[in-house]
Amino acid sequence: MTTFVELLVNGISIGAVYALIALGFVIIFKATEVVNFAHASLLLAGGYLVARLWPLVGFWAALLIGVAAAALVAAAIEFLVIRRANVASHSVLAIVTIGVDIVITTELTRQIGTDVLAMGDPWGSEVVRFGGVTLAETRIVALVTAAALITVFLLAFKYTGWGVAMRAAAEDAETAALMGVRLGRVSMSAWAVAGGLAAVAALFLCVFPTPGLDRSTSLVALKAFPAAILGGLDSTTGALVGGLVIGVTESMMSGYQNDMAFLGRGIGDVAPFLVMLVILLIRPAGLFGTKELARV
Amino acid sequence: MADLAVSDLVVGYGPVRALRGVSMRVPSGSIVAVLGANGAGKSTLLRAISGTLRFHRGACQGAVTLGDQRLTGLDAASVVARGVVQVPEGRRVFARMTVEENLRAGGLGRSRRENAKAHDQVVELFPVLRDRARQRAGLLSGGEQQMLAIGRALMAGPTTLLLDEPTLGLAPLMAARIAETIKEINSLGTSVLLVEQNVAMALSLASHAYVLEVGEVALEGTAAELRDSDEVRRRYLGVADAVEGTLETRTLSRWS
Repeated sequence: MTTFVELLVNGISIGAVYALIALGFVIIFKATEVVNFAHASLLLAGGYLVARLWPLVGFWAALLIGVAAAALVAAAIEFLVIRRANVASHSVLAIVTIGVDIVITTELTRQIGTDVLAMGDPWGSEVVRFGGVTLAETRIVALVTAAALITVFLLAFKYTGWGVAMRAAAEDAETAALMGVRLGRVSMSAWAVAGGLAAVAALFLCVFPTPGLDRSTSLVALKAFPAAILGGLDSTTGALVGGLVIGVTESMMSGYQNDMAFLGRGIGDVAPFLVMLVILLIRPAGLFGTKELARV
Repeated sequence: MADLAVSDLVVGYGPVRALRGVSMRVPSGSIVAVLGANGAGKSTLLRAISGTLRFHRGACQGAVTLGDQRLTGLDAASVVARGVVQVPEGRRVFARMTVEENLRAGGLGRSRRENAKAHDQVVELFPVLRDRARQRAGLLSGGEQQMLAIGRALMAGPTTLLLDEPTLGLAPLMAARIAETIKEINSLGTSVLLVEQNVAMALSLASHAYVLEVGEVALEGTAAELRDSDEVRRRYLGVADAVEGTLETRTLSRWS
C-alpha cells in the first residue's frame, strides 16, 4: 500500500510536470495551428542555462534567467521562422520546427558533451515522511509549482484580455483580426509562454531523483508529446489530464515492473506511448479534443 | 470623421481577377450600399478595405483611404484601430465563447472606460445580449448571432462600419429589425458601407448605392435613382413590368 501511494504521488508530481510541457504544446497549437516539435529543444535550452548559470548568480536568479531565455528563444522562433514562412499548410511548418529542434538540440548536446549538470536547486535529495510514505521534497515542490502555474495560466486564459484574444484567434483567426486582435502578438506571446513553462519543466525533470541535466533530457521531454496528443491537441484541459495519465502510468509501470517481468524491462518508458495509442484508437481526437469536421 | 474612399482598386486571387478598377466613396455619416450578384466582388471589396485579403491569398493595387490616411497595406488590426470595422459575412461569432466574451473580444484594443461606454450602448441597442451574457454564442439563434456580430464590431468604436450581408439567412421580421438597427447606428454618427443582396432593403436604407458586376461598378447613383432605374428593377427587384417581353424571350432563347 505504501508503495502504491508513493508511486501514485510521484506519478502525479511528474505528471504535473509533463502537463506543463503539454500545456505549452497546446497553447502553441491553439494560437498558430503548428505542432511544435522544437518544444523539447526549448526545454533543453532553458534547463541548460539554469544549470550553467547557478554557480555564477545563484539558483533563483539562474532560474529566472533560464525561464526568460527560453521564452525569448521561443518568441524568436515564432518571429523569425514561423511568421516568415509563407507556406500553404501548417503541416509544413511542423516539419520546419523539426529542423529548428535539430539545430538547437545538436548545439546544446555539443555544449553538454558527456557531462551531467546539477541544477543547483535548494531541495537536494531531502525526503519527507508522512506515516510510512517517503516522498522526495523535489517531487512535492514540482507538484505545487506546476499546479500553481497551471492555475494562473488557466485563470489568465479565461479572464484576461490576453486570454480572450488568444481564444478568439484560436477559434477564428480572420474574424479575430477583423475585430482588431493583433494575431502576430497573440502567436508570439503563445510561444513565449510555452517556452517559459518548458524551462520550469526542465528544472523539475532534472532534479533529484534524476542525476541532473544531460544530453538525453530532451528525450524525457518527448513523453509530454503523448500527453498532449491523448488529451486532444487543442484542449488545455486535455493537456492536464494527459500529463497526469502519462505521469501516473509511467510511475506505476516502472514501480511494479518486477511484478510484470513478462513485459520486459523498461516498460515504464514504453507505457506512455502504449496508452496514447489505445486512447487514440478509441477517441481519435483525443480525450478532450475538438473533432475535426472536414467538408469533402 | 472622414470619408472612406476606394480608388481604382484592382484585386486578384492568383490569376483570378476579382475586382477590376473599382472606385467608390462613403461620405462621412452616410449609408452607402453595394449591390451585386454572387461573385460580383462584393466581399472582395470589403476584404480589401479591412485588410483581410491575405487570409485569402489575394493581392490588391489601387488605394483605400480614410480621409487623408491610406488604409491599403495596413494589417487588419491597424485598420480597426483607425475606426473602420467589418462585421463579417455569415456572422462568424466565436461560438465557443460566451456572449460577453465575444463583446469583449471586439473591444480589446480600447481602454476600460471606452469599453464600458460602448458596452452600455450595445446592450441598449440589443437588450437580448445582456439577457444572454453568459450563454455560449453558438447557442444563439441566427438573428441573435447577427446582433452579437454587430454588437461585437461596435465595441471597437467604429467611425465606419462595414456590413457584409447582415440579413443573409434571417427571417423577414428579423431582417427588418436589423435594418432598423443599422439606421439607428448610422443616426449616432457612424458611416455605414452595406453590402447586400436584399436590394429593396438596402436601397431603402442607403442614400447612395453602387451596383457591382463581375468586378466592376456597373451602375451608381442615389438610392432613389437606382430604385427607379429599369436595370435595377429588372435584375434585382424582380419587377418586370416595363420589360416583361424582353425578359421572357431571353429566358426562352437560352433554352431553345
